[in-house]
Amino acid sequence: MDTILKLLEDNANLTHEQLAVMCKKEVGDIKKLIKQYEQDGIILGYKTMIDWDKTDREYVSALIEVKITPQRDRGFDRVAERIYSYPEVQSLYLMSGGYDLAVQIEGKTMKEVAYFVAQKLAPIEDVISTATHFVLRKYKDKGVIYGVVDVDERGNCN
Amino acid sequence: MIDYSSVLSKTVVDLKKSGIRKFFDLLNDESMKDVVGLTVGQPDFVTPWHIREAGIESLQKGKTYYSPNAGFTELQLEISRYLERRFSLRYKPSQTIVTVGGSEAIDLAIRAVIEAGDEVIIPTPSFVCYEPIVRMMGGVPVIVETKFEEKFKLTPKALKAAMTPRTKMLVLPFPNNPTGAILTKSELEELAALVRDTNIVILADEIYAEMTYGQNHTSIATLDGMWERTILVNGFSKAYAMTGWRLGFLAAPDPITEQMLKIHQYAIMCAPTTSQLAAVEALRNGDEDIQMMVEEYNRRRRYIYEGLKKIGIDSFEPEGAFYIFPDLRKFGLSSDEFCNRLLYEQRCAIVPGTAFGQGGEGFARISYAYSVKHITEALSRIEKFVKTLQQEA
Repeated sequence: MDTILKLLEDNANLTHEQLAVMCKKEVGDIKKLIKQYEQDGIILGYKTMIDWDKTDREYVSALIEVKITPQRDRGFDRVAERIYSYPEVQSLYLMSGGYDLAVQIEGKTMKEVAYFVAQKLAPIEDVISTATHFVLRKYKDKGVIYGVVDVDERGNCN
Repeated sequence: MIDYSSVLSKTVVDLKKSGIRKFFDLLNDESMKDVVGLTVGQPDFVTPWHIREAGIESLQKGKTYYSPNAGFTELQLEISRYLERRFSLRYKPSQTIVTVGGSEAIDLAIRAVIEAGDEVIIPTPSFVCYEPIVRMMGGVPVIVETKFEEKFKLTPKALKAAMTPRTKMLVLPFPNNPTGAILTKSELEELAALVRDTNIVILADEIYAEMTYGQNHTSIATLDGMWERTILVNGFSKAYAMTGWRLGFLAAPDPITEQMLKIHQYAIMCAPTTSQLAAVEALRNGDEDIQMMVEEYNRRRRYIYEGLKKIGIDSFEPEGAFYIFPDLRKFGLSSDEFCNRLLYEQRCAIVPGTAFGQGGEGFARISYAYSVKHITEALSRIEKFVKTLQQEA
């Protein structure tokens, strides 16, 4: 596994200079490498982890299990593309097991999510059924624990 | 009314308060809450979850009893396997003792060997406990200063000069806290040649053995004629980020182990059961955790070394442990002055080198067991302070 990718995955804030020193490489090489990763679509973006529950933003998120009829030649891709094109959809996975697609969506209210399922998702012709699960609380996402502020409690002892 | 001056042991009363303690007492004050410190001598990782879980499971199953004095047999077996796997060291499980941290192990080793008048060679700067324990036994600490110019290594020349017919023990604290120095196999060979035909016992404090950068640690006990005279100290605190579990171990030939075990038995009985059972899990399934942590320390080591260099502070590039010991002599301040002014003027804490014994004057210990973000903030404060000093000059 590439160390630079792992370091950036953990902390996208690291500068080229910091990465260079930590990995014993030239700054120029790091810049080139990252640019290459971006061009190759390996690095797709840099986002910030935000605990929205600590702000006054109102939102709800839901996980929707979707069963679909795969299309001849296209499999699930065509339907997946239709679904992920909605901006409300945060993530979309093709799953093994009891259903086909796992859709994670965010909306301002439960009503808005319900509207999305009823008016946009369910009517898609290849969708057989949906089951919507609302998220009550987010404990951990992408390796980051929510709701806990990191405090250095180590004692000065030796 | 009781007269404390007459009841307390004179030997203990005469012990100096450790320099590091004095500095930490300063830091523990409420008014120091905003200080960005690089002072802590322990990992910033939490004990890996599978190890913590093993401890929790042992409690759930009601394993709250004493273990055998020397430790659970399964842990002794795992220690024996670990020493062979990681350092090619051969000890039977029965030649190991599980202790309350590396500190107890050091205490047992010195107490089992040293009597009044015995000389103990202690390289400094080093961890603060060897000298006082030797003094409590009536022994005579013979301090050998290691030098920046010699990468803080114990040289054969310095060792030879310190050896006398009364030398009973040589302390080898490498990889070293606070300097980050290590001794390579060939350097150890040279020291071994000097003690091979003597009756000197080596106390090899290898608590940082897993934390070396660029080359693997060599234990002196693997060299010809050294196993028979080495008391090996190691533990779980640094390698597995288990400082609070208080668990270390000793390995030594039977005649020495037998005596150390007696002291352990009377003073401690046995190391904590929960910690021992967690440690079994650490040794069985924790090698990857060590690798992950060491790689991270290595990146921070490079970062802080280059960061200090950029500010204009030279250091010996540390090769082990998780400390850097920069040379502050050119600023014309004593270690204490430098660290105190840095603390009060820039709210940044590093430990004066003098806290680690002779040879520490003009240096300071900086720990890099911190996040890159934290180190970056501390470096920027040190930089501001250095600029102030340059303007004053």
